[in-house]
Amino acid sequence: MITRRNLLLGAAASLPGCTLLDGLTRDSAMRAFLQSAEHLTMAAQRLLMGDALAPEFTAADIRQGQHPNGSVAVDSAEYSALQAGGFAQYRLEVGGLVERPMAIPYAALTALPARTQITRHDCVEGWSCIAKWTGVPLALILDQARPLLAARYVVFHCFDAIEKGLSGEVFYYESIDMVDARHPQTILAYGMNDRALPVVNGAPLRLRVERQLGYKMAKFVKRIELVDSLAGLGAGRGSYWADRGYEWYAGI
Amino acid sequence: MPKGELIYRQRRATRVTHWLWAVCLFFLLFSGLQIFNAHPVLQIGQESGFDYDNAIARFEVPSALTMPSGRSLATGRVIHFFFGWVLVGTLGVWLVASIWNGHFRALIPTLADLRALPRNVADHIRLRFHHSRDYNVLQKLAYAGVLFVVLPGIVATGLTMSPGFNAVAPWLLDIFGGRQTARTLHFGLMLALVLFFVVHMAMILLAGPLNEIRSIVTGWYRVGGDSDDHAA
Repeated sequence: MITRRNLLLGAAASLPGCTLLDGLTRDSAMRAFLQSAEHLTMAAQRLLMGDALAPEFTAADIRQGQHPNGSVAVDSAEYSALQAGGFAQYRLEVGGLVERPMAIPYAALTALPARTQITRHDCVEGWSCIAKWTGVPLALILDQARPLLAARYVVFHCFDAIEKGLSGEVFYYESIDMVDARHPQTILAYGMNDRALPVVNGAPLRLRVERQLGYKMAKFVKRIELVDSLAGLGAGRGSYWADRGYEWYAGI
Repeated sequence: MPKGELIYRQRRATRVTHWLWAVCLFFLLFSGLQIFNAHPVLQIGQESGFDYDNAIARFEVPSALTMPSGRSLATGRVIHFFFGWVLVGTLGVWLVASIWNGHFRALIPTLADLRALPRNVADHIRLRFHHSRDYNVLQKLAYAGVLFVVLPGIVATGLTMSPGFNAVAPWLLDIFGGRQTARTLHFGLMLALVLFFVVHMAMILLAGPLNEIRSIVTGWYRVGGDSDDHAA
């Protein structure tokens, strides 16, 4: 029986007011207010960082493989066929608000001028892992596709179904704005630690956005779309995890 | 106990900022423990060892001490970064106001203070408290340590974990020895604040809680009337 006394005992058991903000786990005006600090974080970081590069490390700092997280495999016939052929048949689709929609073959992607960087991958959970990433700068792809003036975000649609619910599969999606899209360290990586990108790490192509957390760096990238608004994507917050309460701007 | 004179000891800026960071630190502590539980290990170095071991401690914080009480890293982060901003803003306001009104100087131990340190320690051990306008040397050291070392340190180690801020100030990684070391130091500084809080509460209770609380709420403090009687 729930009495006032039991309620008080329950509150006391969960020490000093830690249940105070339990209601915040659901969407509410209070949560939206507290989460608005994200805009302050983004404005402050953008003001201070300019074009500054994320720290890069040396080969001696690579002491292990890249720890796989999130989806580590893709369960679809389309992907399996591509994987069986060593991704030779893979084409990166670039569409949306661009002058020249494209489908860039894997061989053409890897033939473009590449950038290699040894960086630290920071998971939102708190762990970090250093690896060497090789890929094509996203800016190069954008230069070829020529985004329209209205384009404000680059959306990444992925092969991996991160969620298989009653309402169907939810494929991973992520987005960044043009500032991060054109940053020199923002690459679509096809190589890792001097080898082809392993499937567990997102083959054939995974995004690297080195000044943000790991969940921004979409794996198994299938298609890039330039958009003027994130409203039509998922629940409208621009990313699979942002739609589940995490920050869209993951610089902290 | 002889009744001493009431003096105006704590200015409004000192009182308001005191309570603001009391609130901030409460939320930051428990939301921080929620965030910690997403990777319940303290490590040393730039990265986390998966194929090797650089852990110095592995443990999970009971959910009774996390905010929210259930597992929700996203919500813990929302709470933590909101109050992180309020804490930084409050520190800024406090710094400007305290330099302006002279409170800043009141925290710096003087030579005379340091000479009085052994006697001050002895007095504290005997629970003999002197109620005067100025802070005694142990108070100055404790408050200055928190305000000039622990709080700036906990903000700096927190920022060292931010991939965005690493681009702004990569030298922070050199100072603290890498992201995972910074995370471990962040945790250690949190423990220092908890220890400060416990001693702070004990001192208030031992030195006369009504007078102490009145001074940090209204600013008015009764001097004199040394509380030798508490030692009995």
